[in-house]
Order: sequence, then C-alpha cells, then structure tokens
Amino acid sequence: MNLTLKIWRQKDASSKGAIVDYQVKGIEGDMSFLEMLDVLNEQLITKGEEPVVFDHDCREGICGSCSLQINGEPHGPDRLVTTCQLHMRKFNDGDTIYIEPFRAKAFPVVKDLMVDRSAFDRIQHAGGYISVNTSGNTIDANAIPVNKDNADDAFAAATCIGCGACVAACKNASAMLFTSAKVSQFALLPQGQVEATDRVLAMVNQMDEEGFGNCTNTGACEIECPKGISLENIARMNREYLKASIKG
Amino acid sequence: MSILDSKIPEGPLADKWTKHKNTINLVNPANKRNIDVIVVGTGLAGGSAAATLAELGYNVKTFCYQDSPRRAHSIAAQGGINAAKNYQGDGDSNYRLFYDTIKGGDYRSREANVHRLAEVSGNIIDQCVAQGVPFAREYGGLLDNRSFGGVLVSRTFYAKGQTGQQLLLGAYSAMNRQINRGKIQAFNRHEMLDLVKVDGKARGIIARNLVTGEIERHSAHAVVLASGGYGNVFFLSTNAMGSNVMAAWRAHRRGAFFANPCYTQIHPTCIPVSGDHQSKLTLMSESLRNDGRIWVPKRIEDAQAIREGKLKPTQLAEEERDYYLERRYPAFGNLVPRDVASRAAKERCDAGFGVNKTGEAVYLDFASAIQRYGKEKALTSGLHNPSADQVRELGEKVIEDKYGNLFQMYEKIVDENPYKTPMMIYPAVHYTMGGLWVDYNLQTTVPGCYAAGEANFSDHGANRLGASALMQGLADGYFVLPYTIGDYLSQDIRTGKIPTDTPEFDQAEKDVKDRIEKLMGGSGEHSVDYYHKKLGKIMWNKCGMSRNEQGLKEAIEEISALREDFWKNVKVPGDANSMNPELEKAGRVADFLELGELFAKDALDRNESCGGHFREESVEQSGEQKGEALRDDKNFKYVSAWEYKGEPKDAQLHKEDLVFENIELKTRSYK
Amino acid sequence: MSGLIKSSIARKVAMALSGLFLVFFLLQHFTINFTSIFSADIFNELSHFMGTNPVVQFVLQPVLIFGVIFHFVMGFVLELKNNKARAVKYAKYNGGANASWMSRNMIYSGLVVLAFLGLHFYDFWVPEMVHKYIEFAPEDPTRYYPELLHKFESPVRTGLYVLSFVFLTLHLWHGFASSFQSVGFNNKYSAAASKFAKAFSIVIPLGFIVVAIALHFNQH
Repeated sequence: MNLTLKIWRQKDASSKGAIVDYQVKGIEGDMSFLEMLDVLNEQLITKGEEPVVFDHDCREGICGSCSLQINGEPHGPDRLVTTCQLHMRKFNDGDTIYIEPFRAKAFPVVKDLMVDRSAFDRIQHAGGYISVNTSGNTIDANAIPVNKDNADDAFAAATCIGCGACVAACKNASAMLFTSAKVSQFALLPQGQVEATDRVLAMVNQMDEEGFGNCTNTGACEIECPKGISLENIARMNREYLKASIKG
Repeated sequence: MSILDSKIPEGPLADKWTKHKNTINLVNPANKRNIDVIVVGTGLAGGSAAATLAELGYNVKTFCYQDSPRRAHSIAAQGGINAAKNYQGDGDSNYRLFYDTIKGGDYRSREANVHRLAEVSGNIIDQCVAQGVPFAREYGGLLDNRSFGGVLVSRTFYAKGQTGQQLLLGAYSAMNRQINRGKIQAFNRHEMLDLVKVDGKARGIIARNLVTGEIERHSAHAVVLASGGYGNVFFLSTNAMGSNVMAAWRAHRRGAFFANPCYTQIHPTCIPVSGDHQSKLTLMSESLRNDGRIWVPKRIEDAQAIREGKLKPTQLAEEERDYYLERRYPAFGNLVPRDVASRAAKERCDAGFGVNKTGEAVYLDFASAIQRYGKEKALTSGLHNPSADQVRELGEKVIEDKYGNLFQMYEKIVDENPYKTPMMIYPAVHYTMGGLWVDYNLQTTVPGCYAAGEANFSDHGANRLGASALMQGLADGYFVLPYTIGDYLSQDIRTGKIPTDTPEFDQAEKDVKDRIEKLMGGSGEHSVDYYHKKLGKIMWNKCGMSRNEQGLKEAIEEISALREDFWKNVKVPGDANSMNPELEKAGRVADFLELGELFAKDALDRNESCGGHFREESVEQSGEQKGEALRDDKNFKYVSAWEYKGEPKDAQLHKEDLVFENIELKTRSYK
Repeated sequence: MSGLIKSSIARKVAMALSGLFLVFFLLQHFTINFTSIFSADIFNELSHFMGTNPVVQFVLQPVLIFGVIFHFVMGFVLELKNNKARAVKYAKYNGGANASWMSRNMIYSGLVVLAFLGLHFYDFWVPEMVHKYIEFAPEDPTRYYPELLHKFESPVRTGLYVLSFVFLTLHLWHGFASSFQSVGFNNKYSAAASKFAKAFSIVIPLGFIVVAIALHFNQH
C-alpha cells in the first residue's frame, strides 16, 4: 500500500518543529508500524536526508520505549498494543497518517518524535520502592503469605511499561494512571504497608511538581493503555492519598 | 599452565563460596564512601549490582543507552526464574539445580561457579519478594511454581509471562531507592564507547551523551560491565534493537579475553520471519511445547502447495503429517531441549518441507491438546455426550487460560487465529552463552574490570536451560559481585578520586573521537542496516544452527571483507554533535563486524558438537544416536578465551581446562 | 494541610465533594419545585419555610453559595492548569476515540450552567434578597407561586431554562458518576452507583424541564 505520512520534525528541544509530509510506497500489511518507519528512514538516508528519530527498542511491546501519537491516539487505533505491535494491516492504501510525539509539558521533545520521559523516573525515585537491603538475609519468601487476589491485582498494576500513553491520551496530560499503578503495586502487598504513607505523599508530590495536569476521570488513559492498566488504581491512589494526608 | 587463573577456591564444592566470602578482604563503611564504581548496563545484572553496591556505600554511576534503566532488555524475559527452594517438596536441592545446569550446559561450564549460582538462587526469591515483586501465588497465599524443559522438578517462579519485567522493575526499584539517596547517579541515554586503563587497571570509561553527542570522561576505581549479550550480530534475533556488544568488545580490545563466542542459543519457538522488512523476531514461550505438537507435511508436494497458499494445514489428515520430533525422539518427543528442537526444524525446512511463504517455518499444532482438554473438561463438568463443537469450545477455553496472552500476541503479529489453524514457528537467535572471560570473582583479565550477567561467559556452558538467565543475572548482581569486588577495592582505600585529566583519558577520548570521525566520513554508499543485514545473513547461514569447517572459513573471509567495505563506504547522515541514532547503530555494527569474525574463528576451532554449537563434522556415526551431536570431551573440555591481537582472525586462543570433580560427564540422550 | 489543598488529588476530591453537595441541593430544589405543578399551596408553604427559616437563610444559604463559587472557581483553576500541562497541542487529536464528549467538555457544560445561574439569580435570588433584606417588605406566605408563574410567562426564558437543563444533564452525566472515582470509590458497587448517577443526571434535569414547561403552559 502507499501512504502519506505527516510527521512532526524538530531538530532539538530548543528548536521549533513542524509537520512535514512524506510518501511511502510498497508497505505490506505484515509490517509493524515501526518497520514502516524503517522503510521511510532507509529512503531518507538514501536521499541523503536525516532519518526520523523515534524511541524504540524491544519491538515486542514490553520495554515501553515506543511512543508515537498516531492519528490522534497514542500507539494508534488498535487497542492493547504498543506502536511496535501495531501492524500496517490496520491501515488502508492511500491513507494519510499523522505521526506526532507524545505531547505534554512534562515530556519535552528531544528530537522529532522522541520525548524525554524522565519525569516518570523521578516520580519513581521519590518513593517507588520498598526499603529493603539486598543482603540476602531477608526472611524466607513464603513467610509472607499474600492473598491471591491482591497478588494478582498488584501484578496487574505492576505490568505498567511506563510508556506514557496515559499522559499522551489524557486531554489534561495527567500522569495519574502511571503514578497510581506504581502506588497500587505496593499498596496491595503486605511488604508495601510499612512505607505506604510516605510513599503516596512523596510520589504524588513529585507528580505534581513535574507539571502534569489533573485527572478529570475521562477514562481515556485506561482505553489507550497498551497494558490495560485499570482506573481502579487511580481510585485506590486517591484513597491512599487521603488516608495518608489525614494521618500526616 | 594457562595464563588464565580462574581463582576457584580450594575445598569441597559446597563450601567454596562460604569459605571464599569468609576469607576475602572487605572495605570498611567509611572507606566505601571514597570509592567510585561504574556500572554499564542496567538490566537484571547491572541494575541489581548498582543497587547493592550503592547500598553498601560505594558511589555508583550507572550507564544505559535507553531513556530509563527500567527498559533494559531483561524486561522481555517471559517464562520464569529458577531457584532451588524445594517449596513443592519434589526433591529439589542446590545440588540438583547445580547438576541440571551443568548437564544442560553440555558440561562446558565451571563447577564452582554453577554451584554458587545454585546456592544463592533461594536468596534471590527471598530478596525479590521482600522488595515487592508480585510473583504468582496459590490460593493459600504462598508462591506458585511451574516446571520447565530439561529438568525433573518444579522450581520455576514466575509472574505470568512477564517474569523478566517484574524482576527488572524490582531491581530498578532498588536502584530508585539509591538514586533518591544520592548514592547512584544514573546516566541514561549514554553509551560507553571505550574502557580507560591506568597502570593496567580499569579506571573509567569514555561515554557519549546520546542526546547532545558530547563525549564524556567518567572515572572510577572499578568498572562493571553488565551490558548483555551479542545475539544481534545475527541482525535478526529476539534481542532488543539496541542490544549490542560495544561495551564488552571495547573492553576486549583493551585486554579482556572473550570466551566461547560461538556458544549461541537458538530458541525453537519464535514467530517466523514474514519478509525482508523484518527488523526483529518475537519469541513465544517455550512452555507452548508442553501442549503443542510440531509437524510438517509428509509429502513435499503438500508443503509446496501450502507455501503457495493452495492448501490449508487443517486439510491434511493425520497420516499425511510428519510429527518429526515424536518420530525421531520418541522418549522426549516435542519436549527435547532447545538446541535439538531447533536443529530438527532447520533440517526439515532445508529438506523443502517448510510451510510459510519463505519456506522457513514448521507447525506447532494445538488441535490434539484442544480435543484432549475439551473431553476432560466435558467429563468433569458432567457433559456425557458432548458435541464436537462443545468439546472444541471447552478445550479452547483451557488453552486460553494457559496461553491466552501468547495466542493473542501471535494473532496480532501473524493475523491468523491459532485456535483454529496451527501456529507457525521457526528457531531464532535468543541468547549468547559466550561473553567476557571472568574468574570466580567475575573479574575479567583486565584488573578492576568486572563482567556480570549475559555479558560474561560463566555459568551456562554451551547451552542455557530455560529460566536460568534471570537467575544468573540477579545472582551476579545482588549476591556475588558486591562481595567479590570488595576484595579488589580493598587495595584502593587510599587511592583517592581518579583524575580524568590524565594522558590515559586524553588518549582514550582521542581514540573515540577519531573513530566517530571515521564513521561519519564514509563514502556514503550504503546505510548501516545494509551492512548489518549482510552480516546477519553470513552469520545465520554459516555460523547458525549447524556449522562446518568450510562454511566457517568462508565466513571469516566474508566478514573480514564486509568490514573493510563498511569502513570505506558506510553512510551516516547527520552530525556527531547531536542526537544521531544512525551513528549509534554504526558504532555498534562496526563492533559486530569484528565480533562476528571472532565468533566464526571460535566455532572453527571447536571441532566438536556441544550444546548450542553443532559441528557437522562431529556427529555420532553409528548406533542408536546415529546422526546426533557428538561431544568430544577428550579434546575440547575447555573454555576458549580469546586475546585481542589486532584483527579478529589473529586473536590468540587461551584454554581454561574444565575440571569436573563432582559430576560424571555423560552423553545427552533424548531418544 | 496546606500541602493537601495544593495537591492535585486534594483539589480533585474537593471538586468532587462540592459537586456532590450541589447534586444533593439540586435534589432538594427539584423536590420543592415539583410540588408547584400540582399544588400551589404546598409550594408556597415550602418556599416560605425555606425563605424565612434562619438556619436555611443564614447557615445553609451561605454554605451553598460558597459551594457554588468554590466549585466553579476551582473548575477554572484546574482547567487553566490542565491547559498548561500541554503547551504544544496535537495537530490531530482524536479525543472521541477514548473518552465521551461530556467528560472532555465539562468546562463548557459548566460554563453554560454558570451562565444559567446568573440568569436564575437575577430572576429569583436577587429580587428575593431585595425584597427581604433591603426593602424589608412585609412577609406574604402566598406570594411565591404567583411570582414563579409570572417568571415562566416568557417563552424565551422558558426556552433558556430548558436549554440550560440539557447542559446540566451533560455536566452531571460525567460529573456525578466520576465524583465517586475521585473520592476513591471504585469497587464492585461502582457499576450500580454509576448507573444511579446517570439515571439521576437525566431524571432530575428532565424533571426541571417538565416543571418549567408545565408552568409556561399553565398561565391563568
């Protein structure tokens, strides 16, 4: 199939960017979206132009690197997939496809379609851990039984790949789904209880400082999340936060 | 006597590690504050090492090319992590884990290292649970286990099909705690371009800030390389796009010996290549072989018709199918080890029986499992005369519960419903057992330069068992390296900060800049990917699943010529002083072009078939095992450690003889 | 506590609680209005009570006014902050693919409701305040119904009221149900609670519309 691509090009963080049009030909349905961009880039390199820069690594939907806003939706029109798992068979010959970086004040553009998501890292530095030394002298793993449902919910929250689709989809560029997934994973486990109060306060505080918007419960994040992280996590974080604020 | 000293402690096998820990030197907490350690790579090995070293009090700097440590490719590991916990009471023990790992590795790993790995395996699980890793649990709230290929016990801990992700996030959370305390400085989107040696010791690295293009000097008292494997030398592999050998190869060029480069694991159950555009391969968990039956058509005409789309696999009757693994290996059937299954698939496809349009795929069929589970389920749910549709539906539900996410992934990629038509699979490069040679302390032949995880060669011999990579990475990072590195650093308590304005750093930076300039200055004929794909083809065809002398000799020449062409004609657009992914790729491919040649040389030297390395000249000539891999313990019971001497083909071989005092060497038989 | 008010979550919770309070008030307001279409006497009686009871006048009324002001001021503050969180907008944004129109346009439905409140205050509350606390006019417990009827004589005003109630539905459709999520209520009862909230957000404004139209066509 032949496609028209409208791609955001921006030299670096301080330059102004713009949408540039490109044509690609001979795209096959079996290609992933990123392989389609590989074709474009090979074409650009041959012409002596600079290829389009985008984040990608594992190309199997788990590292969370790829991050494109495709036709107005993070990771494109398919559900429960990352861009690297989106296949071109979801598009038709002659389509025009808008490809933009994930937009948020807290995610400044590095180059072209690549953004800086270190805000997510800083939220996790603030409290996304259990303070236990790696001495090997901790208690036996089976000394802490965990209710299976809680363990499963904690796992579901922990499958967040930190791609930022939630922020990109949210009309307010809010990072509540991401932060709440991280808070929930620990809040649901007995190991996480000891530091629960400090953790939620510190992580929410850092989230606010990064300049993300507020949650208005539109639910766009949950729909666009490639891992299907549930809105329940946000409600849980709200509870945890209120509890923690009252406790001080 | 070899110049290689593995520094294996004296004494009985089971006491070596304890005794060693008791006798090595320690650094007191006040002095640790004055010692810097660089960790390159933040996967399971690097992340866990960085966190633990920082916890102990060292000042740690971590480097990764990704935008966050959490994205390292350990995250993609699916199946699980082994530990000799014996929670199932099925007779597991440290010794059994040790034994299985040595045997699985086809007797090409060190007894002492592997036993230590088994000893600390239980600690890993304790540690990970304490830091909140949500492993799968039973209804009683205790941890669940699953079984994996090649062993007789259930010792694999897992978190659905995302164990690697959960363990990596655990290590990353431990890192976060130290970053928050200021003990780890994380340099993300940075790539190590060279190792800096001062007075023969590793004292720092030269790194490129991938965002600004700036070349930076970083000094430390020791450098830990945990930069993963080099499967991407094949272009197509299950590794991440960015996975590369640069850190290890740069250290090799600075004097670290490279061990067993030819030991590559080719995983049998990957999604086949669909065309030339393909950029990487996707693994499907090995667990699928528990229920799937592997086959190709019996008649070559049928295979031909299927390839042309004239025939559907479901139209072939039972007797028209060749379940070749069940035929060749009646005892193990579809559950033969990875290397055996991979070679058998290649053999059938090479003979013209492949089933997708490229001719490089075999079927993995769940139809009989669906029937079997469906009938069982019908019986247990009180359905006495279930219709064929009901059986099928019930059976599909059972399969979905077990493998739902994998089936969904397959459907997304291939656009076929694997519940209705058999899956297609083909082997793909997955893991490299070879790596930097390290002694018992995980130190390379460069003092002060350590290697951990997949980047070293130590524990898996010639073949790695499933669910052991995660175990080794975390064992090295959490429980081995932090102890052994102290022994070395104890000499450095009075050294003080290592300055970076020295001639050694000047020279290393100049070397790096010259190299970048040379890469940017190619004539501009072909893109980096063009060379990478060509290299991959040579590697796959001549150094892939089975190798022979002639092919390997040709590979050495072809890679050498390709490398020469690369340096003359590669095209790297853009400039070196800003973000430039093509330049990053070019540097990595340049190193693969050297490693590939050494790989072929190593494979040529090893004239035996063992584990992941199958030499066509070394097969059983007669008897029940006729045609199967023939290991040669008399001549090849050693680790090949290669010393850099300029061109890869001139590398000098050093042999570390492997001593087996606790295990009897046997032939692996799966008939 | 100051941290509590500054944090995004606390603001959300405050927004939800003030919204829930207004929802409750709406129910009460509707109940009284509804009596007007079948009994002028009951309506007068209730209105008289509300208009003269000191607790209602000097405790509940200020609380309500504070609630309304807080809700819309906070709504503006959050909207501005949210706008700033994405400085460069998308060239193409397919919001409809993942979220309802109502949830994405609370500020607009809210603004319409706010404008309506202006009209409504001008119609009823201001004359009421003038009547009671400026002119100190003598209290007449039967004046409420005729005044009400008089206001709905104009088809334009009636139309504006009806239109505003439609927007109120849109506002409540997202706002009411989502307030549960904001205060951390998301469990097995959520689906039922959400259904109730959505039913409420249709039934109550529809009821107001019925009252307005009934009064308009019931001019003596």
